[in-house]
Amino acid sequence: MKQILDWLDSRTGIKRLTHEALYENIPGGARWRYIWGSALTFCLAVQFITGIFLWMAYSPSAQTAWESVYYIQHEMAGGWFLRGLHHFTAQLMTVLLVLHLMQVIIDGAYKAPREVNYWFGLALLGLTLAISLTGYLLPWDQKGYWASKVATNIAAITPVFGEQIQKLIIGGSDYGHHTLTRFFALHAGVLPAAIVLLVAGHIALFRKHGITPKQPLRKPDAAFWPDQVLMDAVASLAVLATVVFLTVKFRGAELAAPADPSEPYSAARPEWYFLFLFQFLKYFPGGTEVWGAIVIPSLAMLVLAAMPLLGKWKLGHRFNVAFLFAVLLGAGILTWEAKKQDSADESFHLAVRHAHQDAARVVELAKAPTGIPAAGAVNLLRNDPFTRGPRLFAQHCSSCHQYDGHDGTGVARTLEHEVEAGATTASIEAKYGAPAGDLVRLNGAGAASPQPGQKLRVTDPGSAPDLKGFGSREWLAGILDPNLVSSDRYYGRTKFKDGKMAKWVKEKLAKKLPAKQAELEKVIAAVSAEAELLSQKSADVRDRSIIGQGRELLRDEFGCTDCHQFRKPDPDANTVDLTGWGSREWLIGVIADPAHERFYGKKNDRMPRFEKDGALKREEIELIADWLRGEWYRPETASR
Amino acid sequence: MSSPDHSDSRSRRSFVKEAAAVVIGSIVALVPAAAGFFAWLDPLRRKQGAAGFVKVGSLDALPADSIPRKFAVLADHVDAWTKSPQVPVGAIYLRRLKDREVVALHSICPHAGCFVDYRDSARDFYCPCHNSTFAQDGSINDPKSPSPRGMDTMEVELRGNEIWVRFQNFACGHKEKRPVA
Repeated sequence: MKQILDWLDSRTGIKRLTHEALYENIPGGARWRYIWGSALTFCLAVQFITGIFLWMAYSPSAQTAWESVYYIQHEMAGGWFLRGLHHFTAQLMTVLLVLHLMQVIIDGAYKAPREVNYWFGLALLGLTLAISLTGYLLPWDQKGYWASKVATNIAAITPVFGEQIQKLIIGGSDYGHHTLTRFFALHAGVLPAAIVLLVAGHIALFRKHGITPKQPLRKPDAAFWPDQVLMDAVASLAVLATVVFLTVKFRGAELAAPADPSEPYSAARPEWYFLFLFQFLKYFPGGTEVWGAIVIPSLAMLVLAAMPLLGKWKLGHRFNVAFLFAVLLGAGILTWEAKKQDSADESFHLAVRHAHQDAARVVELAKAPTGIPAAGAVNLLRNDPFTRGPRLFAQHCSSCHQYDGHDGTGVARTLEHEVEAGATTASIEAKYGAPAGDLVRLNGAGAASPQPGQKLRVTDPGSAPDLKGFGSREWLAGILDPNLVSSDRYYGRTKFKDGKMAKWVKEKLAKKLPAKQAELEKVIAAVSAEAELLSQKSADVRDRSIIGQGRELLRDEFGCTDCHQFRKPDPDANTVDLTGWGSREWLIGVIADPAHERFYGKKNDRMPRFEKDGALKREEIELIADWLRGEWYRPETASR
Repeated sequence: MSSPDHSDSRSRRSFVKEAAAVVIGSIVALVPAAAGFFAWLDPLRRKQGAAGFVKVGSLDALPADSIPRKFAVLADHVDAWTKSPQVPVGAIYLRRLKDREVVALHSICPHAGCFVDYRDSARDFYCPCHNSTFAQDGSINDPKSPSPRGMDTMEVELRGNEIWVRFQNFACGHKEKRPVA
């Protein structure tokens, strides 16, 4: 062994190197305050190791980036842990960088003869921020996509060459394959290489000038090995423990839904350590952003860079320390303010909820037997009724229809109601269908009864039937209830409120009840069976004979076919066809063209002819219909 | 540099510190490396599902003259995260010996995995990489052929007029035929 070592040493001088590395003198002995540099070097090593392994599974293109990260996160054993280590080490590294900078400035380690090394450090700070910025986009999820768009759009406001700079950064006019290849080459090639070179220089210069001892020295000088090495190792262990804790707690790094330029993402925020810049930008009115985004941050960096020179003056060091704290305090306040604004913002919470919902849903779809198509996972959500149905409904239908009292996505439409003089609790209840006492309480007024002139925020009942459960027996039972047919849930706000159907229910049908209640239920079962709802499948099979009787009853006993066509051609029919009522095909048809003679014909009340008018494409109508009918992929049914 | 103190208790304390530094240092270095290595081993934990029968063509397209004809094999394909229904996953040669007797040969050379050509002129199979040659029935026809075994055959099932083959890939370089797991 010794022979081999001697042979190696005579060729490489390894003994002297090791000795130099381990026995560097530390004035005043090892101290905990000297660990920052080593902890950062450790972080860097973790990033290189985990980064290279992630690289082996990552595929940078617009159709494979999210997909490969999904594969790492959800399919590869231990992939989520590996990715979590990389992600949280990056976060911790930023914290350690700031602490390291604070230590250097407070201890005056930036002063002569260490100026150059200080500048190396500042450059490393910039490179580290750049590498985390480029890494944020690589998963190509909604979060990274929209946040990076902001960052690269800021690059575009750089004076003179802004647009060219932006084009070069993103590899074209818009985000795509080359944005990823360029960001990835920076993230995994150019920036790490630059960091390695600068770190080597940083450490070499540090060795040349030695540590900046904190006065007064408390102990005699000692070598780096073993005391300081042990402290550094313990510090690294603490870093690792924190990272592992965060990784396990959050089960790795977040992966939002695949990037989709057509899908808004109001939950987009930069990484938390860039939040202060994000917030700072809000204070610059249009046309002056360049000050907040580029000029002022650059000036701050310039002051930081000038600190070794400023420090030569009598009050220089104090100025430097004060400046650093002012910047950190400012950044802290801005971060806090950004968080505060977000937490008070209802729409932000909703956006975050949708984001989490989409992220979970796309994983469900990716794990489905059909899996991820070659065109990419973004199509999974685009073609998913569960995801897109409610959004299309909210956009195109909810200005008239409600879905269980909201717009489909969970947002209740509200309007302001001013309590009129003489209004009673009962009159308000009748108008909005909610206990007026509740309304008053919900609006924060102490009084239990409404006061004239008081403004109440009340639920907008919409102006067309609520479509939750459309096609089901419950829904039909409601419209065939003399007390409900003209309520806001059904025809109350349409021109059919006092139409033939409503009159028939309230007069003719009412007379038959409750004596013929059992027969009515058979009719309801028969018409509802036309819809062939997934949720009623077993009931429809079970009640086959009841449904058969219902089909007869609706002709003879109830006379529905006096107006409606049902299951056989009927030239006298003059309103909605009950054949296949509520079925997928029927529903798509009525959304596409409600004024078709099979549906409302000339009697159509305000409903747009969505396909005919070009407001919706056939695929979009299908998504709405499937969603209303509760037909979308469910993992439980698939595994059965 | 300060000279180390060599008194007994000092050196004992120093040894404990050195040992602790080495142990902790090793732990922090090993955890990220092990996490990466573990994920990197993922392919070893994945097994290809058992091969099923795939419809390759119809008897009408295959004259009963024993001459091999090349057919593309379409099947559902899973490539890491991408699932593609019915895409080309390989090619086979089919020979129809009698009316209802069909033989399937894999188009991949068992030597090193190149694509084997059928030569009409010589009525044999020829691998353009290392010059392996095979007889029309896929057997080795030249003792100097570098291939360790004849071309790989696969089970064929005739369902009415349709030809179904249990398509799978086989490991190269061995004397015996074994499916790729």
